Amino acid sequence: MARRSPEPLLWLLFSAGGVVSALVLPVLVLLLGIAIPLGWLATPSYEHLSAVVLHPLTRLVLFGICVLSLFHAAHRFRFTLYDGLQIKHLNEMIGLFCYGGAIVLSIWAGYLLLSVR
Amino acid sequence: MSARPAYTEFHPRWLRRRPSTYWWLERRAYLAFITRELSSTFIAWFVVYLLLFVRAVSLGHARYLEFVVWSRHPVVMVLNGITLFFVVFHAVTWFNLAPKAMVVHLGSKRLPASVISASNYGAWVVATAFLLWLVLGG
Repeated sequence: MARRSPEPLLWLLFSAGGVVSALVLPVLVLLLGIAIPLGWLATPSYEHLSAVVLHPLTRLVLFGICVLSLFHAAHRFRFTLYDGLQIKHLNEMIGLFCYGGAIVLSIWAGYLLLSVR
Repeated sequence: MSARPAYTEFHPRWLRRRPSTYWWLERRAYLAFITRELSSTFIAWFVVYLLLFVRAVSLGHARYLEFVVWSRHPVVMVLNGITLFFVVFHAVTWFNLAPKAMVVHLGSKRLPASVISASNYGAWVVATAFLLWLVLGG
């Protein structure tokens, strides 16, 4: 029997992560990466932020966003290396690096989001 | 495609020139392609940044303020500015591509591409407004 290829699952994660990251990341980068550091607008108070961020539902959703975005990025970066640098012969190493990285960071995300309160 | 055909002396050599490693600089469309592909690294960076933010918030007010001071460092700010460009580029190209990836039929009619694009952009606006409201405190 032919071994089942993981490719369909990887493409599914890629596109799910593509949708999720396109919907939520631009505003999150703007808020957390630019507006809060520069103190734009009425920067939210720490009390409000910690109540929102540490809420169990937020942490669950954040976990989903992180994992899907990571696998999206890993898949796309794999093809960046294949096509951009034309190093397809390093197939296995690239796969290990990209998806391995996504798995390690996902585990960290899960651990972090479970343990904070 | 797993089994490679055995090598024979008579195997034809393909006439294939290897493109330059910098082939993606040759045309605007190629450059747009590689820019879209490179958005992946900035998405990965921002996931890490987001998790560090959550960790800092969870460790108390003082640690959160330390994080904010760190996030003001020029290197971090420039990185996040570039990240903003790349995630917006990713979002726009993703939503523009959606009608080609999603074929929706209503009865026997195919939903026009403009409707699919518009609904994707609509979802983007809703998600953005919701997160602004949630983070900035309504």
